[in-house]
Amino acid sequence: MQILLWGALPYAAFALLVSGLWWRYRYDRFGWTTRSSEVYETRLLNLASPVFHYGILFVLAGHLIGLFVPASWTSAVGVAERPYHLFSLVGGTLAGVLTVAGLAVLVYRRRTNRPVFRATTRNDKAMYLLLGGALCCGMYAKLAHSTPAHGYDYRATLAVWARSLFTLRPDLAAMAEVPVAYQVHAVVGMVLIAAVPFTRLVHMFSAPWWYLMRPYIVYRSRPAGQPAERPPRRGWESIDV
Amino acid sequence: MRVMAQLAMVMNLDKCIGCHTCSVTCKQTWTNRSGVEYVWFNNVETRPGQGYPRRWEDQDHWRGGWQLNKRGQLTPRSGGRLKRLATLFANPVQPTVKDYYEPWTYEYRNLTNAPLGDDYPVARPRSLLSDKPMKIEWSANWDDNLGGLPEKAELDPMVAATRQRASEKVRFAFEDSFMFYLPRICEHCLNPSCVAVCPSGALYKRSEDGIVLVDQDRCRGWRQCVTGCPYKKIYFNHRTGKAEKCTFCYPRTEVGLPTVCSETCVGRLRYLGVLLYDADKVAAAAATRNEQDLYEAQLGLFLDPEDPQVRAAAARDGVAHDWIEAARRSPVHALISKYRVALPLHPEYRTMPMVWYVPPLSPVVEALTETGFDGEDADNLFGAIDTLRIPLEYLAELFTAGDVQPVRSALEKLAAMRAHMRQTTFGQTPDARTAGSVGLSATELEDMYRLLALAKYDERYVIPTAAVGDAERLEESAVPEHCRLDEQGGPGMGGSGPFGDRSGRKALPLVSVEAFHGLRARHRTEQEEPE
Repeated sequence: MQILLWGALPYAAFALLVSGLWWRYRYDRFGWTTRSSEVYETRLLNLASPVFHYGILFVLAGHLIGLFVPASWTSAVGVAERPYHLFSLVGGTLAGVLTVAGLAVLVYRRRTNRPVFRATTRNDKAMYLLLGGALCCGMYAKLAHSTPAHGYDYRATLAVWARSLFTLRPDLAAMAEVPVAYQVHAVVGMVLIAAVPFTRLVHMFSAPWWYLMRPYIVYRSRPAGQPAERPPRRGWESIDV
Repeated sequence: MRVMAQLAMVMNLDKCIGCHTCSVTCKQTWTNRSGVEYVWFNNVETRPGQGYPRRWEDQDHWRGGWQLNKRGQLTPRSGGRLKRLATLFANPVQPTVKDYYEPWTYEYRNLTNAPLGDDYPVARPRSLLSDKPMKIEWSANWDDNLGGLPEKAELDPMVAATRQRASEKVRFAFEDSFMFYLPRICEHCLNPSCVAVCPSGALYKRSEDGIVLVDQDRCRGWRQCVTGCPYKKIYFNHRTGKAEKCTFCYPRTEVGLPTVCSETCVGRLRYLGVLLYDADKVAAAAATRNEQDLYEAQLGLFLDPEDPQVRAAAARDGVAHDWIEAARRSPVHALISKYRVALPLHPEYRTMPMVWYVPPLSPVVEALTETGFDGEDADNLFGAIDTLRIPLEYLAELFTAGDVQPVRSALEKLAAMRAHMRQTTFGQTPDARTAGSVGLSATELEDMYRLLALAKYDERYVIPTAAVGDAERLEESAVPEHCRLDEQGGPGMGGSGPFGDRSGRKALPLVSVEAFHGLRARHRTEQEEPE
């Protein structure tokens, strides 16, 4: 069981993420979109969506720092354990609360606004469950094992395991003593990562960074070949005339 | 100088009868699909009126187009690059479907399935968005023929602007003075702000013909273009989650056919043709400081295809020979640059729009005739154009950022043409002063009359095909560019890829490969999913 969860699952999730993205890009570029519902309802979305997105970006940054920056590095630059813990607790909780609150409003909006609800697929519902689950597990794990004075030192266990994944020799022993709440959160998180390419979450990988670099006006040439003729492609539904 | 060619359109508003045939045929061709029920790539608005979407011209609210920043540089009005990415998570000023109108259908089944009874069965309207019965309160042409005026006149942003500029005394003369129709499509601008604000780079301007298109495979649904376009001519398909817009019917124009809206126009008021312009100067022209100089600035971009130097430069810059020849015969060039009777729609948005309009003289003639004067007498008309200040100033708000002079000049040319042609037709000697007073010769007036009144299909639509442009290249090489063996079904298709011969995009059957059936069903069916 330990091997399955901490030795196989992370690699499976990562492989699914990469191959899923490749597959989606190759075969479903047309379906790769934010599937925004702002055209139906804009007031709540304008409020909740930025809150959720900025929140989850901070959460992501927090995870990257917590898991992949060793304690020795932070102490080397002069950050002691206690300020680190406080930053992690306060900052993390704040980001988490923002994210959960944003998500809650967004789900409320999705449920109560009928056009938005009609535009919600089963895939979306499963995704919300998974995302909400991962967020709540994480918040619970953090808050249940922390006091302002002292918190569970995940950097001695969880982070060691996470970094050992890169060496392809996962440190299973490091995970053995981790509290159950953290373990559940890690598993849900890995499933979520694996699901990203197959849900609307895929839009996170089209963050348009290079927009900052490109000129405003884009010119493109008509593709060579027969004008206005090409094999039909996936996309708009055809009409049988 | 970098010469580029652009397919452009001119509409003669005098001839528009507001029949909406262009809108309907366009809708049947392009937007008769689910997800774009509310979308009209072509729509006809009654002016004065709010338009579609409602009050789209109010850029203080919708933030479309460009503006000059403090340093005089051109930036999208909705914000520069950094601000755009920072506000990517919810587009702050996106029109909702209610600003267009909530699409609906009727419960037609009731009409045939209702049981026998005393009451007539009715087909109630039902929303296509919420699937609930709904009250129809607005649509794409709800205020057609001044419906709702004068109570709603204030809601036309251009009425407000006119009143601000014109003095108090004209306040109430407005409502009964005039009305005209304004058909609108995408402007296929030289400096398109929708392209500029697209974070994904999915929107692009085609370098061959200047048509602005959305790459459906690259669009990620950020919706910035909907805000960026000041004409609100980019629409969000709420089923596919992608932007869609007028394509200038490129599959038709590529083979030399006019767009569907032009082809089916009952009044034959649309003209299609090629314009050559200097692409290097577009940015500078769009950054002209004074809004009212933008019309002249844009005119300055267009190159005269009769000039041998321009033709040589065009050939050097890769404009196909038949495109250059088409530019010489272009009715659009004649109306815009030669006679200067066509004007751009809202040049103050700084996008350099490429669908231009001949302003309507008819409201003036009509008003004149109603007062008992001869509506086609040159002197009467000239006087009336000036006296009927409101139409003039309203038109100026639409076409020249409020500068009355170009509108007056265009209307006077049309008036001179009418007077001249009436004298000619009635066998009188045309008064040479009529033509001279608007700076045209009698022959030019007659040519303009031919173009505006008689021009046949071939004269109204001068569209070089894409194929001829290609053919020249093919001739030069005598063999096609690529070895065609590698095409699907070609003789070279014996081998297979690393994953077998069904791998890769090209060989896939035309079915959705979305992993999740819900999404697929949603894209493809009209039916509601089980909840």
